[in-house]
Amino acid sequence: MSKAALKEFSLRMGDNCLILGQRVSAWCGHGPALEEDIALANVSLDLIGQTRMWLGYAAELSGKKATADTLAFLRDSGEFRNALLVEQPNGDIGQTLMRQFLFDAWHQAMLERLVQSSEPRVAEIAQKALKEVAYHLERAADLVVRLGDGTAESRRRMQDALDLLWPYTGELFEADKVELSLAKAGVAPNLDEVRDAWNRTVDRVLADATLSPPETVWMQTGGKSGRHTEHLGYLLAEMQVLQRAHPGAAW
Amino acid sequence: MSKEWPLWEVFIRSQHGVSHRHVGSLHAPDAEMAIRNARDVYTRRNEGVSIWVVKAGDITASSPGEKGPLFEPANSKVYRHASFYDIPDEAGPM
Repeated sequence: MSKAALKEFSLRMGDNCLILGQRVSAWCGHGPALEEDIALANVSLDLIGQTRMWLGYAAELSGKKATADTLAFLRDSGEFRNALLVEQPNGDIGQTLMRQFLFDAWHQAMLERLVQSSEPRVAEIAQKALKEVAYHLERAADLVVRLGDGTAESRRRMQDALDLLWPYTGELFEADKVELSLAKAGVAPNLDEVRDAWNRTVDRVLADATLSPPETVWMQTGGKSGRHTEHLGYLLAEMQVLQRAHPGAAW
Repeated sequence: MSKEWPLWEVFIRSQHGVSHRHVGSLHAPDAEMAIRNARDVYTRRNEGVSIWVVKAGDITASSPGEKGPLFEPANSKVYRHASFYDIPDEAGPM
């Protein structure tokens, strides 16, 4: 296991949190109810907090002058390592919640294993994030069931969201040489185990929600190696504009 | 949407408090979601260790019109206050 692999892994974890946090934050002030609006903002802030830990660690490992902020605001889309799932647009609230649920189920399965990491720093970050993520998953799963097993309209929207997002879930469990070497060293989990745990959660919740995943699907891939969908560029343009226009601006 | 959801009154027991205190209200379709919403709306700044929610409609309140007969008779009975007694140290805070 090399330091470069550990840095790459931290970037992947951090970029997932950052991009999803940025996406969810766009609901602030636009939620379907005041209570839901605040809940989404909380989720977003939790994810940004986790981003600081993962990207802070990645910056230290890079050995250069990088910080969590420079990694967030000064990289181009090809350098981002997040899964394609989290950069997908918010759509309606159903689509946002389905994306959140599919991601949270993976996130929790990852973190539950990462707390056992042989790398103490990784275990520490995972420990801190796990309680937040357990709540995110509980909340998202509950809402997916309520809306899936809800009215004809809400069910249709949730099924559409599931069909739309499902092709982006395969990538979450694809192990490349970074993950394989980290799994061998006991730093990161075996992604087949994570997939099994994810399947158990997703099968149970979707059954309760009376929803079913599409049967045959071509799984999209590329996020981990920086090949993103067109959506990421727009997201970064908005997120990074201030630091790009006024480098080093602070308050 | 929130107009269709019933109103819930939220009570939080704080880190140091002994009893739950009313902190506000919110809308939610049922008790389970009311608890979740209360967690997100009222405990973001580490305010609490326990949450109660009660449907606002289930609370019976005294009528403001009866204020006179209900409360005024107690006005002139200062001797009911325990402040006239010396409290032994062993009794602790009252």
